[in-house]
Amino acid sequence: MTTLEVRDLVKEFTLRSGLRRTRLRAVHRVDFTLVPGRTVALVGASGSGKSTVARMIARLEKPTSGTIAAVGPDGTRIKDRHYRDHVQMVFQDPFASLNPFHSIEHHLARPLVLHGRAKGREQVREQASQLLERVSLPVELMDRRPHELSGGQRQRVAIARALAPGARVIVADEPVSMLDVSSRLGVLSLLARLQREDDLAVLYITHDLATARHFSDSILVMNRGRIVERGPADDVILTPQHPYTQTLAAAAPNPELRGRLLSSEPEPQAASDRHHLTYDHEAGRWIDIDAATDSDAAVAG
Amino acid sequence: MTPDLSPDTAPAPGTAPQAPVLTVRDLNVVYQSDPPVHAVRDISFTLHRGEILGLAGESGCGKSTLAYAINRLHEWPADVTSGSVTFHDRDGQDLDLLALGREQLRRFRWSKLSMVFQGAMNALNPVTSVRAQLEDVLTTHRPGMSKQDRRARCAEVLELVGVEPRRMNSYPHELSGGMRQRVMIAMALLLDPQVMIMDEPTTALDVLVQRGILREILRLREELGFAVIFITHDLPLLLELSDRIAVMLRGEIVECEAAETIYRQPRHPYARRLLDSFPRLTGERGAFLRDDGQAAPKTVRDTTPTGPGAADREQVRSDGGVR
Repeated sequence: MTTLEVRDLVKEFTLRSGLRRTRLRAVHRVDFTLVPGRTVALVGASGSGKSTVARMIARLEKPTSGTIAAVGPDGTRIKDRHYRDHVQMVFQDPFASLNPFHSIEHHLARPLVLHGRAKGREQVREQASQLLERVSLPVELMDRRPHELSGGQRQRVAIARALAPGARVIVADEPVSMLDVSSRLGVLSLLARLQREDDLAVLYITHDLATARHFSDSILVMNRGRIVERGPADDVILTPQHPYTQTLAAAAPNPELRGRLLSSEPEPQAASDRHHLTYDHEAGRWIDIDAATDSDAAVAG
Repeated sequence: MTPDLSPDTAPAPGTAPQAPVLTVRDLNVVYQSDPPVHAVRDISFTLHRGEILGLAGESGCGKSTLAYAINRLHEWPADVTSGSVTFHDRDGQDLDLLALGREQLRRFRWSKLSMVFQGAMNALNPVTSVRAQLEDVLTTHRPGMSKQDRRARCAEVLELVGVEPRRMNSYPHELSGGMRQRVMIAMALLLDPQVMIMDEPTTALDVLVQRGILREILRLREELGFAVIFITHDLPLLLELSDRIAVMLRGEIVECEAAETIYRQPRHPYARRLLDSFPRLTGERGAFLRDDGQAAPKTVRDTTPTGPGAADREQVRSDGGVR
């Protein structure tokens, strides 16, 4: 079983405007662990840095500092090329992440061959059809091309492709936000089922708090590159502590609160003295990650 | 009002929209392909002044086709085969939209009924400034307007939607997604329309931006009193926002009721299943939007394609759609 450890992750981008250069800190000292059989949701508004974290985990982007380590069952670090055998990503847009020129079989066969999971035409085809079965797609889809599939079916193919190298850690970046409502639950349930069956570690990135709560064990809330709140899913959603989390929770549509829009209540303002702090539900207190790395640096709530 | 049409239930009490502004009767739209696709079937509804009517349904149920038909945007092979769309003007005149000639139609569109298109973020022209695109509407529809008045009006609508007027000189790529969306809404407001059709205006925006835009729409409705047809598949959003909701399935409106009624006592099984597709934010873990104690916990819902209509649709796809 593979565990993914993210420690003190920082990412800075250089912005150029004319001759001036400024640095934008997109991710600031992010720290979490993905363990087998558990789903962690990373939530936040657009631009909060959640996709940058995902891209660094998928090694599409180099961290400015900090480490991302996949640790195998025997406690050793998984290195270099083998990293991608273990860590795979499912992207947001299944219309863009599958190549329109290639058949579904090709999409599954490539990772199988490249990662040495199958050899020879027959073995590859057999394993590809097993993958399709695992994501509840009919084997007949094998020879089709992406445009012949619905959005939900395409995303299932993308999940099958992520599983093809034998991945133990799946990073799903907004996997259902481009899908129709009727296929959303199906795809999320599929991810949950695969996670249970294979004991996968899943990072579910989303801005939808409702599905984050229902499909994950714990939640990390990100704002401006920082994790501002963390803890078990129910605690974070039902008793949010950080003003930002409260704003997010209040913004989600809720039929029970019909008519509240008309009252046009003021936007809850993030309390400035708290915005750089992290509320940790497990520790039950506010933590200042900038103060020190030691746990004794925590400040009282 | 003809009394025989069931979707004509009165608007929600308390919201008090009175006079109808748009009446659609037995509208049919067929895509004349081989085989023909009957995308909108016998749809009838009435939109009242100042009302927000939600149109809910999955992709492919015909909601955008309906919106396009109302605005006469269809071209061959889409064909409005029968029915009528009547616009009841402020001055008491009734316009039969399907009978309008070219020039009448040009005058009607946008000034009386405007539309915020799906993917509005990408509907702006990338190579001209926001100002040019806004002013273009005014030079076309209000040729007598002076340059200063045009500028002033553009600044005014931008302020209405919460975009600083000085952003007018920006090009679309310099604005964030939420701002582009607001510019599109501003453009739809320019001519003070009586009806606004919004086709998925907030899909793909994050919840905070979405909330801001919804608040804007409600405030503008209060101030300007226009009616809105709000198309989306996001049912929780509609339940909170709209006065009435029409649920569409395979080209038909299967239920049209006050939002409160749809939420508390949906009658049509499809409406119930649609409600079942949304997990709740609060309440029990594993509870879904419509919760009468029968909703299965998440572990039981592992079946492939879940959700209403999905099974039928995928069936159609694997049966013949693609061979």
